[in-house]
Amino acid sequence: MFAYVLRRFAGAVPTLFIIVTIAFFMIRLAPGGPFDLERPLDPLIMANLERAFNFDKPLWQQYLIYLGNLAQGDLGPSFTRRDFTVMDLFRTGLPVSIQIGGMALSIALVVGVFLGALAALRQNTWVDYMVVGTATFGITIPTFVIAPLLSLFFGVMMGWLPAGGWGTWQHMVLPIATLALPQIAIIARLTRGATIEALRSNHVRTARAYGLPNYVVVGVHALRAAILPVVSYLGPTAAALLTGSVVVETIFGIPGIGRYFVQGALGRDYTLVMGTVVVIACFVIVFNLIVDILYAWLDPRVRYD
Amino acid sequence: MDKQSILEVRGLNVEFETNDGVVHAVKGIDLDVKPGEAVAIVGESGSGKSQTTMAMMGLLASNGRARGSARYRGQELIGLSERKLNRVRGEKITMIFQEPMTSLDPLYRIGRQIAEPLIHHRGMSAKAARARVIELLDLVGIPNPERRVDSYPHEMSGGQRQRVMIAMALANDPDVLIADEPTTALDVTIQAQILALLAELQQKLGMAIVFITHDLGIVRRFADRVYVMRSGEVVEEGATETLFGAPKHPYTKMLLAAEPTGRKAAPPAEAQVLLEGRDVEVVFAAGGGWFSRSAGEVRAVDHISVALRQGQTIGIVGESGSGKSTLGRALLRLLPSEGTVRFVGQDISDADKRAMRPLRKELQLVFQDPFGSLSPRMTVGQVVTEGLKVHEPSLPARERDRRAVEALKEVGLDPAMRNRYPHEFSGGQRQRIAIARAMILKPKVVVLDEPTSALDRSVQKQIVDLLRDLQKAHDLSYLFISHDLAVVRAMADHIIVMRQGKIVEEGPTEAIFDNPQEPYTQALMAAAIDGTPFREGVVEA
Repeated sequence: MFAYVLRRFAGAVPTLFIIVTIAFFMIRLAPGGPFDLERPLDPLIMANLERAFNFDKPLWQQYLIYLGNLAQGDLGPSFTRRDFTVMDLFRTGLPVSIQIGGMALSIALVVGVFLGALAALRQNTWVDYMVVGTATFGITIPTFVIAPLLSLFFGVMMGWLPAGGWGTWQHMVLPIATLALPQIAIIARLTRGATIEALRSNHVRTARAYGLPNYVVVGVHALRAAILPVVSYLGPTAAALLTGSVVVETIFGIPGIGRYFVQGALGRDYTLVMGTVVVIACFVIVFNLIVDILYAWLDPRVRYD
Repeated sequence: MDKQSILEVRGLNVEFETNDGVVHAVKGIDLDVKPGEAVAIVGESGSGKSQTTMAMMGLLASNGRARGSARYRGQELIGLSERKLNRVRGEKITMIFQEPMTSLDPLYRIGRQIAEPLIHHRGMSAKAARARVIELLDLVGIPNPERRVDSYPHEMSGGQRQRVMIAMALANDPDVLIADEPTTALDVTIQAQILALLAELQQKLGMAIVFITHDLGIVRRFADRVYVMRSGEVVEEGATETLFGAPKHPYTKMLLAAEPTGRKAAPPAEAQVLLEGRDVEVVFAAGGGWFSRSAGEVRAVDHISVALRQGQTIGIVGESGSGKSTLGRALLRLLPSEGTVRFVGQDISDADKRAMRPLRKELQLVFQDPFGSLSPRMTVGQVVTEGLKVHEPSLPARERDRRAVEALKEVGLDPAMRNRYPHEFSGGQRQRIAIARAMILKPKVVVLDEPTSALDRSVQKQIVDLLRDLQKAHDLSYLFISHDLAVVRAMADHIIVMRQGKIVEEGPTEAIFDNPQEPYTQALMAAAIDGTPFREGVVEA
């Protein structure tokens, strides 16, 4: 298993390299640059700036310089927030995003699996219909609708929670709820389907035929099989949740890193966009690895060697 | 026969609520099992034989309802609360199932699964249960039980998994063991081993066995008493000896006569060789991936030579994994292979897809699975004429339709049904459709890959008759791939016995059946044809 993990990390290096390369050249295809303002800069200042940031060199040289810096863990300075390096931005923003995303993920997992299993065990009863109905509703409504509604109702009308901002735990409730709700819906539906299938499987029939109590039949034999598709789903989802959400961070005014990708792209902040790409790619790679290891642990038929 | 029944079924009904209305699967049957007795319930698919026992054990699907009475030692099982039922099932009455591959939970070690009924019914400690499990594994003939107890199901073969299921069934010394087609999914030699094991254990431990099967050969060698079921009713019941000796009900008579009979004569020696393979070899790479080299090779077909003459039927016999289907596909150039393949003298070893296309018309293939091999979205007429559109594109639609009618008539189907879809037909009818699809192109050679294996015995016989009639009418050559020796014997004039990619033995059918030379062939014959009872005291009819 250890050799497998090492091999996977070795495999991640070329993956990352390809992602960085594609992203680097793609962002340069977009017209304009980081210093194009409404009022054009003085050509001299512009030339100075370009020289300072190596924009006067050919693109392939800039690319090699970027790769060299990246290899040393240097993501470069931000072009739009000139007092900060990209690393600084992530150092302050990432913990915020991870906090909110992590909480949302945990809640979604616990509540989603519980509701899904419950619906499967009470298939075709009102409990089932409630869960499925709510889940379908939850999946269809986008976060940019839920977030302002939550903010409006709990923040502005009822005044129970801050409508936006950052600082105390109260500030975290609404963003976490916004992120968790659609995930609860998806996970509940996944779990429900997988549990129904597991309950119909031959080995669950065997467990019943051998007079095992219901909690063993369901808890030990059906649910472990049912959790497998949920685990697969969690890999990319965890990476997406932990790296922040543009919508939620913008609406609630949270200093996470989700905003950087869009803001960086719009402002032609090349290094910030590249930094975001690298961070997200790393998260995706790491979480897919974690999921694969978890999967092998849950399902003995899966072996990597 | 004067002993009190331990299982007493009276007027048992099973109904299923379906979209097409209520299906009455079991229609008020009576059944008795006495202590230590081996009772067989025989019937073809859909006869309700499995649902009878599922109802007793409270295992019906959620849309199923049971009415009537099924008593175990006087205790009513139908409608019993789950808690009370759980004191009977797994302890007093246990079950083994048809599907050894899926009846065990793939996520847990087998030792743990066998231990569960011990822990829950007898309150054994995990340690005591483990010791008992090892004892049980030894009893059912699993080698190295101390080590195998920690195996996962996927690390065992089908036969071993069925042994594990038997160990689980015996764990609590049950009064009744229900065996629902326990050997159907297994190879014949493994089948024989499992049946012998069950017979031996029954004598040693003295429990009653309810044996559900469609295979009369097994019944004759295994059971004391037989119930014959058909569409939810018991049509005949009696001691095995009497029932086999003097069947009363026409359905029983039909079942007993359902084994395909007749022999095929070899074609004249001067008949032309149509399809010939020389030193055919198929190698599959096993395992491997991006960062690891291929873990090894599997030689699925290992230097095999075959020559199929006009009007000949070569039977290729072997157990699963023997390479018999792979050989058939290699000869049809559906798989890359080494060696030479000739069709009517023309070397087609290296023929690509395009070069093969005109020959495909002459070389047809019929598959085992009549459910999976017909497109569910095409009408039968479309399925049957699809090949014509490729091979004779200039044919006008009216002529195509005429050919479809002709082909369907030839396989014994009403041509008026050609606008229906495959799901509206039974398994036997679908296999007829698949045969019509091959025959409409007027091929020279047809490879039949287990064409009767998914069918009930009585239907098998009809398909065998049909295939023989077609062969006579069109002077066809067949490559008949099957694990079913009774069918092969009736179909083929020449037999190749394969094992692990190699030919074990080959020769004229009579010679192979009457005087097999190799030990493996002998074991295969003994397992499939031999009538010796597995239990003492069962008299052969």
